[in-house]
Amino acid sequence: MRRALAGCLALSIAGPPLGVFLVLRRMSLMSDVLQHGILPGLAIGAAFAGLSLWAMGLGGFVAGLLVALAAGALARATGGREDSQLAATYLVALALGVAIVSMTRAVDLTQLLFGSVLAVDDAALLLMAGVATVAVFGLAVIWRPLILESFDPEALRLAGGSGAAWHLGFLALVVLCVVGGFTALGTLMSVGLMMLPAIAARHWSRTLAGQVRASVALAILASVAGLLLSYDLDVPTGPAIVLTAGAIWLGSLAAGPQESLLRSWIRRPHLAG
Amino acid sequence: MNGAIRLHDLTLTHDRHPAVHHVSGSFAPGSLTGVVGPNGAGKSTLLRALAGLHPVASGRIEGAGPGQVALLPQGTTLDRSFPIACLDVVALGLWRSCGAFRPIGPANRARAEAALDAVGLRGFERRPVGSLSAGQFQRLLFARLMVQDAPILLLDEPFNAVDARTEADLLALVEAWHGAGRTVILVSHDLDLVRAHCPDTLLLARHVLAWGPTETVLHPGAMRRARLEAEAWTETAPPCRVAA
Repeated sequence: MRRALAGCLALSIAGPPLGVFLVLRRMSLMSDVLQHGILPGLAIGAAFAGLSLWAMGLGGFVAGLLVALAAGALARATGGREDSQLAATYLVALALGVAIVSMTRAVDLTQLLFGSVLAVDDAALLLMAGVATVAVFGLAVIWRPLILESFDPEALRLAGGSGAAWHLGFLALVVLCVVGGFTALGTLMSVGLMMLPAIAARHWSRTLAGQVRASVALAILASVAGLLLSYDLDVPTGPAIVLTAGAIWLGSLAAGPQESLLRSWIRRPHLAG
Repeated sequence: MNGAIRLHDLTLTHDRHPAVHHVSGSFAPGSLTGVVGPNGAGKSTLLRALAGLHPVASGRIEGAGPGQVALLPQGTTLDRSFPIACLDVVALGLWRSCGAFRPIGPANRARAEAALDAVGLRGFERRPVGSLSAGQFQRLLFARLMVQDAPILLLDEPFNAVDARTEADLLALVEAWHGAGRTVILVSHDLDLVRAHCPDTLLLARHVLAWGPTETVLHPGAMRRARLEAEAWTETAPPCRVAA
């Protein structure tokens, strides 16, 4: 439990800032694709090396990157109808992953998909902390090019920068975070801790830095409350944390300080200038 | 600061249909050229190719190397709801001197602030771009263009959707760049503006109809002819046989 808490706090610091960029880039669907995409990789890793965390992690990371590359290439090849290609990709990946897991029977499917506190041993905690460290520093390194590439990709091309390299580096960090969360949160849920606080953060700040800070704070809140719920009510940790994050998102949407429903319902006098 | 651009039998296509067809000629260093022509004449495509954003189908472009050119695209597609402050947008124009990692430093920061000042956005440093009007946003993009400090400036209909005051202010900047010896290429539908401010004019209708001093290029018959020629488009057009 304490290990799971420490690990989830690490992921709460690393994941949501990446989620903020996914939201800003209108790539929310991409996170879905990645989380389903890593499943076959995890399953293949488990099939080869048993319940080795590192083999599964590596398999998931490679598979996630391949899916990200394939989805990007498909989107370009089909002239921008990206969403349908992405949906097709992740449906196939999910089915493939479940099929491989069932065939090899190396891991418990429910635990793999939805996470478990008990699955967080020292190795898993190290994986989560390592992933979080790489993701935080990685985002710091690509911060400026990522903003330019998100805001004005043509300006980056014009200045001689390669947008694709930064884009890919960013996706690699996202995949890393999703893989890092699979032991505690499960592959189907680990994106939730990244995306829901990021989506909720829009209702807390109008600046990028403010949204990043808000998303981390909300994710930490969701992790702590979710783990307690999971422990007390005996539900898998992934759904418990994601449900808590979902409640935080709904609360932010309803009554956050920016662009919330409450703001639009309450008529306030307009300003003088 | 060299800023000459030479076009050698340049053809640019959209899906194999020519948008700019066998164009040759040159923009002299330090010249201010208005590019006019009807919709579909290939003006924007030409600018994008000069900036390296549109592939060259045949022929070649000389002089517009990477790092030489700054482009202000038409009716910008930028996401104006992006949570970014005005000063940061201007600072993104420093990419060539700061790249991805080097610190921006006080000198460059002062340049960015001076650019905001020059376009009339003093005090807007921390304002989010979402709160700007269309005219203010265009001023902001001009500020970013200033800090890019490129010898060649390509402006694609920069005065669309801005009021007369903004247009006058931004035109003054364009003339200042011209006065400082930069090569400026300005696409516009406003013939009076081109007559008043551009010493040279290129009248484009996929190919060059006229290119030279403005008073000899812009006469009434020229634009009518340009429209007729720019609207020719045949689904089953055969491959072009013009000798290179």
